[in-house]
Amino acid sequence: MKPKVAFFDFASCEGCQLAILNCEEILLDILNLVNLVEFREAISETAPRYDIAFVEGSIHRDEDIERIQNLRSRATFLVALGACACNGNVQARSNFVAPAVNYEVVYGENARNRVQVDPDYWSLWSHTRVRPLDAVVKVDAYLRGCPIVPAEFLHLVKSVLHGTTPYFPPDAVCVDCKKNGNECVLERGETCMGPVTWGGCNSICVNNGYVCDGCRGTLPHANIESHIILMREHNIKDEDIRSRYRLFLGNEPIGRGV
Amino acid sequence: MDLKEKTYTIDVKHVTRVEGHGRIIVSTKEGAVKEVKLAITEGNRFFENFVKGMHPADIPWIVSRICGICCVGHQLTATKAVEAALGIEVSPQTLLLRKLLTESQFLQSHVLHVYFLAVPDFLGVQSVLPLAKTHPEVVKRALHLKKLANDYTALFGGRMLHPMANTLKGWRRLPDTNAVAVLRKRMLEAIPDIEETVQIAKTLKIPPYERETEYVSLKHPDEYALYDGDVFSSDTRSSVPADRYREVTNEFTVAHSTSKWSRWHRDSYFVGALARVNNNFDQLLPQAQQAAEYLGLIVPCYNPYMNNVAQVVEVVHCAYNSIRMLDEVLNSGLEAEDTTYRVKAGRGAGSCEVPRGILFHEYAFDENGCCIEANAVIPTSQNINNIEQDMKAFVAEMLPEMSQDELTLHMEMLLRAYDPCISCSVHMLDVEFVD
Repeated sequence: MKPKVAFFDFASCEGCQLAILNCEEILLDILNLVNLVEFREAISETAPRYDIAFVEGSIHRDEDIERIQNLRSRATFLVALGACACNGNVQARSNFVAPAVNYEVVYGENARNRVQVDPDYWSLWSHTRVRPLDAVVKVDAYLRGCPIVPAEFLHLVKSVLHGTTPYFPPDAVCVDCKKNGNECVLERGETCMGPVTWGGCNSICVNNGYVCDGCRGTLPHANIESHIILMREHNIKDEDIRSRYRLFLGNEPIGRGV
Repeated sequence: MDLKEKTYTIDVKHVTRVEGHGRIIVSTKEGAVKEVKLAITEGNRFFENFVKGMHPADIPWIVSRICGICCVGHQLTATKAVEAALGIEVSPQTLLLRKLLTESQFLQSHVLHVYFLAVPDFLGVQSVLPLAKTHPEVVKRALHLKKLANDYTALFGGRMLHPMANTLKGWRRLPDTNAVAVLRKRMLEAIPDIEETVQIAKTLKIPPYERETEYVSLKHPDEYALYDGDVFSSDTRSSVPADRYREVTNEFTVAHSTSKWSRWHRDSYFVGALARVNNNFDQLLPQAQQAAEYLGLIVPCYNPYMNNVAQVVEVVHCAYNSIRMLDEVLNSGLEAEDTTYRVKAGRGAGSCEVPRGILFHEYAFDENGCCIEANAVIPTSQNINNIEQDMKAFVAEMLPEMSQDELTLHMEMLLRAYDPCISCSVHMLDVEFVD
């Protein structure tokens, strides 16, 4: 029996599902090995069981919580697909502001007032705060990054097909960066989240002349204090350090604390 | 039906991309249309608020996350808006690279839409998946063209999704010109595949439905406007500059609806490939004009289903125009440029065509270069009003002669023709009839 595989999304740009569609060379091979029961095509969300459920996006509302709990109860192996699902991504920055204020800014005073009195639309407007999947349900594996790395997706699919546990080494982005022979970003006097960030991305941003902003989330053993001292030693201002910790990591405790 | 009695439940979130589970609700009684509703729900992400406090160069990088499929368009539009706010001028080289990035996205998005969404409808299957078995050559060609377009974006952007090579004023790291030469060769070799795509479009049976409306797109004096231009209306045959976009979008809130809608000179307007082809047909490259003629796309065209055909015409245009621009890069070479800039207080707006239509971004900064205000109006939120107008007219016109199943299919196809965005259009498969 081919494993039943399904894709779902919550609040996100859906770019991580697109990143999988972009694996053109191996897409048809994968489709021969799995039974794709849902992927953007609304076959039905009531298929009784999934062997692997890939879930993109972050959880914002009560109805999202109900939906992800329901998906979890029917999935043997649940994968958080991308930064939104893994750690809340950039939209977690909106947690720094009360939902009512967010509504007022984006939709205007009238809209904010109306949603508070019209019960028909209450569920659409019940945004509380941005959460990653594992704040609500158990997650079996994480495909990190904004967007995900296709090679890691392949590794995960192959592992699950073979009945083994996918392994992603907890190395910093610096490991990738050194392999690629990049000049250290800190030596250029710019902020870099590489030392505390999950590697595996092949340091693609630094390779292309940018810095690491930490979209893959902080490592479990990350030494935040040393990282901040290191950046200060390179004459980086505290406000710039804070701006990086709050860019992609708004939902991580360290993002709130720095 | 009195227009004032319409019940709106459409809910297109501002700045966020449309996604989630939408429904088309059609209510008819004794042959009369009671209600046509298009409902879309989406968890709010509040981009316009949470970009506040960010530094100028962070904004294009972060707002590309509004939409995975339109990430290049959001990034470039934001780049232009921020540059306008800070008074940054860009070099001809940067302009050329940005236009290449733009056309790479048109190729990628249109190929994906035409092959993965439109063609299955016309071949009578539920998705592209069954086609891998029944029409393997079509699927392989689609994947081949998509890969070429993705590699094109990755070469100039640094990667396919959320590119990082482009920034304010220029490029962080320039593409390797040897790789540009390889891409040019691959583009030339793909021309037969592009021609086959035109052949496939020829076989699509387009429903004979017309509703004349206002067509809005960018217009440029010298070229088919994709990256630059003023905002042109087919109603007035005149343009306004992009920084006066609020006069165009006139966003309004409908009673009992949380969505913002747009209208300009009449009830609704159309943005996207058909609007661009209608407004700027003369500036398409000759190969694209010939494709349009071959496919029976005669401007002005008032059939929204022809938007799929207009996308194919743009694929032809972008393929040939890309080869021309790649030649330009190879002839002139690329030089590293200074990308430092000074922050200052200011406000600026920018506009680009993205595959689904015209996109507006606007930002304001304080004297420290911190963002204090942001606004974006996406193509789908501009189109949604027009889609519903089309649906109402279509149902009223076709109800006598179509079965429920036929009407269902045509409503889905109509929605997909607008290419509201890949996820949105495929989610909107529940068509509910209320007797």
